Amino acid sequence: MNNTPGELLRIKNLVLHFKTTFGVVQAVDGVDFELHTNRAVVILGESGCGKTSLSKALLRLLPRNVEKYSGEVFLQGTDVMMLDDEEYRQNVRWVGMSLVPQAAMNALNPVLKVGDQVSEPVMIHLGLSKAESLHLVHKMFQHVGVPLDFVERYPFELSGGMRQRVALAMALVTSPSLIVLDEPTSALDLLTQANIMNVLKRIKHELGTSFILITHDIATSSELADEVAIMYAGQIVETGHAKDFFPAPLHPYSQMLMASVPRLRSESDPMFITGQPPSLMNPPKGCRFAARCPFRFEKCSEEPPMFEKGNRKVKCWLHA
Amino acid sequence: MTLKTEEPREILLSIRDLHVWYELRRFGFGRVGSVKAVDGVSFELAEGETVAVVGESGCGKSSLMKTILGLNIPTSGDVVFDGKNLSQLNNKDMRSYRFEVGYVQQDPYSALPPFMNIEQILEEPLIISGVKNKAERLDRIRKVMGEVKLHPPEDFLTKFPHMLSGGQQQRIVIARAMILEPKLIVADEPVSMLDASVRVEILKLLHALQEKYNLTVIYITHDLSTVKYFSARIFVMYAGNLIEKGETRRLLENPLHPYTMALLAATSDPDARNADSFKEVPPGEPPSLVNPPKGCRFHPRCSHSMPGLCDEKFPPDFEPEPEHFVACWLYQPK
Ligand SMILES: Nc1ncnc2c1ncn2[C@@H]1O[C@H](COP(=O)(O)OP(=O)(O)OP(=O)(O)O)[C@@H](O)[C@H]1O
Ligand SMILES: Nc1ncnc2c1ncn2[C@@H]1O[C@H](COP(=O)(O)OP(=O)(O)OP(=O)(O)O)[C@@H](O)[C@H]1O
Ligand code: SF4
Ligand code: SF4
Ligand SMILES: [Mg+2]
Ligand SMILES: [Mg+2]
Repeated sequence: MNNTPGELLRIKNLVLHFKTTFGVVQAVDGVDFELHTNRAVVILGESGCGKTSLSKALLRLLPRNVEKYSGEVFLQGTDVMMLDDEEYRQNVRWVGMSLVPQAAMNALNPVLKVGDQVSEPVMIHLGLSKAESLHLVHKMFQHVGVPLDFVERYPFELSGGMRQRVALAMALVTSPSLIVLDEPTSALDLLTQANIMNVLKRIKHELGTSFILITHDIATSSELADEVAIMYAGQIVETGHAKDFFPAPLHPYSQMLMASVPRLRSESDPMFITGQPPSLMNPPKGCRFAARCPFRFEKCSEEPPMFEKGNRKVKCWLHA
Repeated sequence: MTLKTEEPREILLSIRDLHVWYELRRFGFGRVGSVKAVDGVSFELAEGETVAVVGESGCGKSSLMKTILGLNIPTSGDVVFDGKNLSQLNNKDMRSYRFEVGYVQQDPYSALPPFMNIEQILEEPLIISGVKNKAERLDRIRKVMGEVKLHPPEDFLTKFPHMLSGGQQQRIVIARAMILEPKLIVADEPVSMLDASVRVEILKLLHALQEKYNLTVIYITHDLSTVKYFSARIFVMYAGNLIEKGETRRLLENPLHPYTMALLAATSDPDARNADSFKEVPPGEPPSLVNPPKGCRFHPRCSHSMPGLCDEKFPPDFEPEPEHFVACWLYQPK
């Protein structure tokens, strides 16, 4: 298998399980999706469904207690899962794809000026001199809207929104074709969130970057989304174009999730989903949403495959 | 949901020109300034009224609420609850005042003591308030757990907070705030730490309790999309001031203050068309509360700012339509 024309990323059956004293946590359990160049996919799901673990699996940033890590990740034609750690470090992370981790703005090194922090990956991964990298840093600061004299500042001298922009500049500075963003705006204020979403749109437009945006904030995600993937209990249960998904989600979970979003510009009465997602230690055998699904029927005690409906895919027996 | 407008009701809470300043000290220099977290706030709430206080991080929402709860001492101004001025209460009266107001914090997990089980957590306020009879205490615990829909109580009483989901933890926090049958509930970002699918459930629960007991509720949030499901009025706060106050629907449909307009414009509804355009966002960031800008505190970011006026004189509250107040010079009567 290889990437098809225009396709940047193809993930097949990606698995990341963790070992714990209580059992195995199946945090990412057979995830498939594709992404084309200069597109943005948002991965939406509730707390604990495995979003951050998916980002770690993609970037091979693994904790010690990995029980199982497998699958195929084709990035620009190469299955990066086949590379050894050294090759991966040299050719994939930063250069092919970068991560802006959850709470990145609070993870900047407090004793290093932000200009030096952002130029570090350039010097290490692109082998440029200090002066050349600072030049690139200036360019990135312009793209993300950080005043140029801020290179001399320390993280504590910046607001949360500015620190998040710096974290974004750091992920961008090595010119990867794909950036994975884990909850980039959830700790920020409304106006700052809107600003950051503007920055992401502009970067996508000006630099042709592709994005995987991981979040539980459905409304904000629609500011960037070309594609949507809904994650539930370690699996993707629906994918499709944003323009098809937002007006009419297919999977019962997606439908209920969308109906739970309070809206400023509509009179709809938001609903909630009763019950809780299943434990990832012992997920149910059949459809993982069955315990909360109002449409459940006999078939649902078997695990549904992904059914294709035109451009869309949905993991639910109703769409067999 | 019903947002009633009725004949005037009894005023329960009255806030008069309230200032809450925190002194900034630097070692060896003594006082170097103060953070003017709340700087001249006034409003009244009638019994059974619901209001949302909306504003960005650091604008002073929690400082205002902690002062209302009697946890902060005002620098100047008054908090008058049920005819009693908090500054004139002795320690004993202050303690009983705290029983009349319930507090629902933002992060349920850090609000609940980790080493107490649910029964102990809910029993504590009853013991402190002097309910001596164990059977009566248990009775009230069961009743309040029914109110927050934790059925059956036995399944939860011996559990510790970490064994519950975020939504269940927040129900316990609400139960604890309700157990002494307060008249006023202050809910400080009660759902911002919860998942979308649970948020609405908790807001609806609070709303149902509000209606059933005719509670006065102050709901603090930065999420304008949840306000109309919950509150009859909105107060918008910016840099220590309430800059717009009005009935919810009117304020959402016809925002007057440029800052309120910016907040509304920045609030997204899930819609694929959002990705096709950029959002208008005012430049800059909220000001320092140590040295806030002269005149209107929003003027450095406001595209309507009128030099010589907005950067000089602090705008008073104008009332361009009945019961809709705005602190902005654009609405000065001609
Ligand atoms: N290193 C680890 N060892 C064991 N379990 C883990 C580890 N990392 C994550 N988990 C568990 O895996 C599951 C998925 O976690 P993950 O952080 O990926 O969720 P998430 O969707 O990002 O949640 P959130 O929205 O809260 O950030 C959770 O049950 C979590 O407790
Ligand atoms: N005890 C304190 N001492 C000094 N400054 C304080 C204190 N408490 C709050 N502040 C400052 O007062 C200002 C208002 O804080 P407050 O917590 O009231 O804001 P908020 O609107 O509740 O913000 P958030 O939405 O982040 O909770 C902030 O600048 C804050 O740093
Ligand atoms: S497979 Fe069955 S239980 Fe699962 S979402 Fe579809 S209808 Fe519901
Ligand atoms: S008073 Fe002036 S600066 Fe302030 S919001 Fe109104 S127009 Fe803008
Ligand atoms: Mg996460
Ligand atoms: Mg606060």
